[in-house]
Amino acid sequence: MDLLEYQGKQLFARHGVPVPEGRHAATVDDAVAAANEIGYPCVVKAQVAIGKRGKAGGIKVAKDEAEARAHSEAILGMDIRGFVVHDLWIEEASDIAAEYYASIILDRSEKRLLAMLSRMGGMDVEEMAETDPGALIKRHIEPGQDFTVETAREIAVDASIDEDVTDQVAEMLVKLHEVAAAEDATLIEVNPLIVTAERQVIALDSKMTIDNNALFRHEDLAELKDKSAEDPLEAMAKEKGLTYVKLDGNIGILANGAGLCMSTLDVVAQAGGDPANFLDAGGGSKAEAIVDALEVITSDEKVRAILFNIFGGITRCDEIAKGIIDASRQIEIEPPLVVRLDGTNSQEGLALLAEAELDNLHQEKTMLGAAERVVQLAGER
Amino acid sequence: MSIVVDTDTKLVVSGLTGREGSFHGLRNRNYGTDVVAGVTPKKGGQDVEGIPIFDTIAEAVSERGANTSMIFVPARFAAAAIDEAIDAGVHTVIAITEGIPVFDMLSTYWKAREAGVRLIGPNCPGVLSPGKANVGIIPAQFFDPGSIGVVSKSGTLTYQIGNELKQAGVGNSSIVGIGGDPIVGSDFIDVLELFEQDPDTELIVLVGEIGGDAEERAADYIAENVTKPVVAYIAGFTAPPGKQMGHAGAIISGSSGTAEAKKQALEARDVRVGRSPTETAQLAVEAMKPVAS
Repeated sequence: MDLLEYQGKQLFARHGVPVPEGRHAATVDDAVAAANEIGYPCVVKAQVAIGKRGKAGGIKVAKDEAEARAHSEAILGMDIRGFVVHDLWIEEASDIAAEYYASIILDRSEKRLLAMLSRMGGMDVEEMAETDPGALIKRHIEPGQDFTVETAREIAVDASIDEDVTDQVAEMLVKLHEVAAAEDATLIEVNPLIVTAERQVIALDSKMTIDNNALFRHEDLAELKDKSAEDPLEAMAKEKGLTYVKLDGNIGILANGAGLCMSTLDVVAQAGGDPANFLDAGGGSKAEAIVDALEVITSDEKVRAILFNIFGGITRCDEIAKGIIDASRQIEIEPPLVVRLDGTNSQEGLALLAEAELDNLHQEKTMLGAAERVVQLAGER
Repeated sequence: MSIVVDTDTKLVVSGLTGREGSFHGLRNRNYGTDVVAGVTPKKGGQDVEGIPIFDTIAEAVSERGANTSMIFVPARFAAAAIDEAIDAGVHTVIAITEGIPVFDMLSTYWKAREAGVRLIGPNCPGVLSPGKANVGIIPAQFFDPGSIGVVSKSGTLTYQIGNELKQAGVGNSSIVGIGGDPIVGSDFIDVLELFEQDPDTELIVLVGEIGGDAEERAADYIAENVTKPVVAYIAGFTAPPGKQMGHAGAIISGSSGTAEAKKQALEARDVRVGRSPTETAQLAVEAMKPVAS
């Protein structure tokens, strides 16, 4: 789960990571009140789960109340590359003397946390790596060992951080690691990490990803709406416990198992088709889940044909068949449905479908055959 | 021979008294796996269809000689159960549970490594050695005994490929589901090493997907260390960057971690990559045929 900047900063504050003073606002009036409280100049910042807000006009300095109002009105409701701004963060302006980069990230192949620090902050990590690869210092954090201020200091020295703020930067790194461990954050990125004119080290931005598997032990975070699932269909699917990702095409897809589903998308694309979505029905799906899944798929108006690719291990094909039959009675399934049922109870499932004599249902024996058929059907409409 | 699970596997199932644990534990026993015990705290003394239940894995080891542990315990307790199994002295732990927090696995992974315990998973379907033992949820009826080793991040996609192999008349030495989480106990490389050493395995099929760089690392490892032929399949060419699709580990960003990158890395090391599960099975069958001299 990705946290918005202000949510990350609130966590930082709770753990003693220095951040500028700020207030959250969801209306223009609240934003103006917040700006007045904080004082001027202050910064009106769009809160969306996507980068490059500044370039899109989502970050503006206000020198008085009139500007605070004008900026808030302009930014609230703004669409930044598909993400609509519902929240603002009003923050005291900082007098920036230097911009650094600091992050703690889970390195899955090394199976360790990785600390990164660079004196070249304020730009993309990729840009940084190209401009001056030597500037980005990386150190793995050894499991079972404390990540100490001494170790962090070494990193800061290697990164050529200004001497007078090296201790603060080291403490910042240690604190970021603490936050990561305490909050189950697989990514914490502070870009820029600034040094103010008064030589204070402050986290000016926060990009944080929380491990979804750990939300059960962070009630406060679990309550935050997952802003990364902006699409209403994806939100609807999530509520029904389905793993659904909306894509751009016109062939609706369902499979049991994430790998099989990705493979189905690939095979449909190879057959010349354009998948409309990924939908993993999961293991052991019951008929009701299939009804829900069809509801989600058919809510996408672009869908011209649907493919069910089922290889049942734990999942039973007769349950899937029942779900399809139930769905056809409960909702309108307008596009043709190609069904491939294989594996556990496939004979029973196919028999049920044959008996039900559903309109617009096409049965195929193989995965490849089913993919070709659904592409053909989508093309005909 | 087979790898990881075999006729000498003595299995203790953590969670045998639960709905999923009992269904699959008993199915494993029906297949012929020697399921010697189950563990559920506070239910010691009970039994599940004749399989004795203990309070701790240590008791299952001392009383019943358990040497392999299957973890079917809810996510919030699962890492602790794996730790318990490691402490109890089993040589192999197979963790089926999905949803374990990654920070839990960060410490459990190193604990297993230090103890020299083989950890498979979590969030995996388990390991099947056809004709010998099945530990986990892989539906054994779709696989025949034979000499093709399969190592996969996926579940049902593996069954699809396995079934195609069976229909083509070839079978498997072992099928190892390594799981799709960001941190798993055994990567492709760990299992490739076992297949390379296994006298029963003649060819290896590697099934990967988007996310991370395990397939790329495997490609390099294969070039240096694997003499047996390897055929691969990668899922996720149609996945757009930045979207999470199912497995916690299958999140890609930027250009690394893409299916295309993995395919290229493998092909650069002479591993043939099928474009579909069907083609992959066909490549494996062809590679098994003796080369006319």
